[in-house]
Amino acid sequence: MEVGVLAVQGDFAEHIAVLGKLGVKAKEIRLPHQLEMVDGLIIPGGESTTLSRLMSLYNFREPLQQMAKEGRSIWGTCAGMIMLANEITEEDPVPLGIMDIGVQRNAFGRQVDSFEQSLEIQALGPDPFHAIFIRAPLIIRVGEGVKVLCALDEARPVAVQQGNLMATSFHPELTNDHRFHRFFLDLAGKSCSSRNGSV
Amino acid sequence: MVEVLTGTFTVKAGHAQMLKGGVIMDVVNAEQAKIAEEAGAVAVMALERVPADIRADGGVARMTDPAIICDIMDVVSIPVMAKVRIGHFVEAQILEHLGIDYIDESEVLTPADETHHIWKHDFKVPFVCGCRNLGEALRRISEGAAMIRTKGEAGTGDVVEAVRHMRTVQDAIRKLQNMPDDELVVEARDMQVSLDLLIKTRELGRMPVVNFAAGGVATPADAALMMQLGADGVFVGSGIFKSGDPASRAHAIVQSVTHYQDAAILAEVSKNLGEPMVGISAKSIPDNELLASRSK
Repeated sequence: MEVGVLAVQGDFAEHIAVLGKLGVKAKEIRLPHQLEMVDGLIIPGGESTTLSRLMSLYNFREPLQQMAKEGRSIWGTCAGMIMLANEITEEDPVPLGIMDIGVQRNAFGRQVDSFEQSLEIQALGPDPFHAIFIRAPLIIRVGEGVKVLCALDEARPVAVQQGNLMATSFHPELTNDHRFHRFFLDLAGKSCSSRNGSV
Repeated sequence: MVEVLTGTFTVKAGHAQMLKGGVIMDVVNAEQAKIAEEAGAVAVMALERVPADIRADGGVARMTDPAIICDIMDVVSIPVMAKVRIGHFVEAQILEHLGIDYIDESEVLTPADETHHIWKHDFKVPFVCGCRNLGEALRRISEGAAMIRTKGEAGTGDVVEAVRHMRTVQDAIRKLQNMPDDELVVEARDMQVSLDLLIKTRELGRMPVVNFAAGGVATPADAALMMQLGADGVFVGSGIFKSGDPASRAHAIVQSVTHYQDAAILAEVSKNLGEPMVGISAKSIPDNELLASRSK
C-alpha cells in the first residue's frame, strides 16, 4: 500500500514524519498525476485559501474527487477538513465537496483563541487523545452516513468518518500520539484490499 | 470539567507549522491585503510603510497605526501579522489586544531597547523574530519566540544577505551534528545560548521552531533559492508591492515556493512579471545603516 501527503502547502512534513515512525514511507504529492501512485492521501493543516488556490491552478480538484469515488482513503486535518467539506459558511475558499459535512472556518476565533484539550475518542480506545486546535474549523452540519468520532459537546463535532474518508478539526500530527494515523492507515489498508479484491 | 489550554507554546509554534511552504506578504492597506490573499499568501504583514520606504524616509519607524491594522484584519480571513519595535512590549500588548495572529519583533523598525528583547513567554499571541545566525535564533527562542526568520537585509531587493544568513544557520547546525558531546558546553558558552536548546537543535538536525527566509526576496527564483537552502517558507516585503505588477508577481512567488525544486514550473511562473522592484545593492549600504545588525 502506498500513502501520500498533499505537499502543496502546510505541515505535510509533520504528517510524513509520523507515518515514517509507523514504518510507512509516504510520498509528497505536489502535482495531480502523482495521485495515481497512492492508495491513501492526507490533506494536511495549512491555510485553506492557499490550498484552494493552488488546487484549482494545478487541476487537483477533479482527480481528488475521483479518488474519493474510487473508494481510496482521504484524511483532512484542519485546513484539509475544510477542503473535503461539501460546503463552508463563506463563499471563499471553494471546498472540494467530497464529504457530506458543512464546515465553519476559524470557528473558535483568532490565533489567541487556539487551544489544547484532551478528548474522549471511543474509536481510539479508553485513553484520552490530546488534541491541538489552531485557528480551527468546526463541523456545523453532519450528513447521513457520516459518523461522528468525537465532539466537544453535542453540537460541536470535531472528528468524523464517512466510509473511506476522515476529517479532524485538530492536528494529531503535532503530537506524539499516533493512534489517529494508525486508524487512517487501517482505513486505507481496508479500502485498498477491498478495491483490489473487487477488480 | 475538561481543561482547555490557550496561549501554550505548542499552539504558538504550531501556528507557524501551518504556514510552512507558504509566502507571507507585506501589505500597507486593505486593498493590498486582498490582492495578497487572492494570490494565495498564507498570511499578511500589516504595515504603514514597506521596508523600502522606511529605508528611504529615514527617521524613527514605529508600530503601525492600529486603525490600519484593524482595516486589514477586517477584510481578509488569512492570519494577519504586525511588527513591533525590538524591546517595545507595550506595542506588543496593544497588538495582542487587537487580536493580531502573530507579532514580528522586528529590526526593520527602530529598536526601543538596545539591550533587551521582549520576554515573549508572557504573551498569548505568538512572536516571530529575526536572526543572522543560530546563536541569535536560539536566544530569541529562549525569550519565547515561536517562529524565526533569517533577517536578510529588508527593503533592498538584494537576496545576498538572506542567503548569507540562511547558509550561516545551516552551517552551524551541520557543525553541531558532527560535534562530540564534550565540546557542547563550550559551544553553548561561545554562542551565548542554553545548553538544553543547543542539544535539542542537534538532535532535531534543524532549528527547533519553523524558520522562514526574509529580507531581499524579489523574484520567484529568489524564493525558490531560499527554499532550496532550507527555508520552511518565505517572507516577501517590498518585493511585491514595489514591483510593476504586484498581483502577478505575488501569484508567481506563491507557486515558486510550492514547486521550488521544479525548474520547469519556475521557468513558467517567472515569465512576463513586469519590472521587479528597483532595489539597492546591500553592499552599497554603510554598516551603520544595515537593519540586520540592529539586534544580536
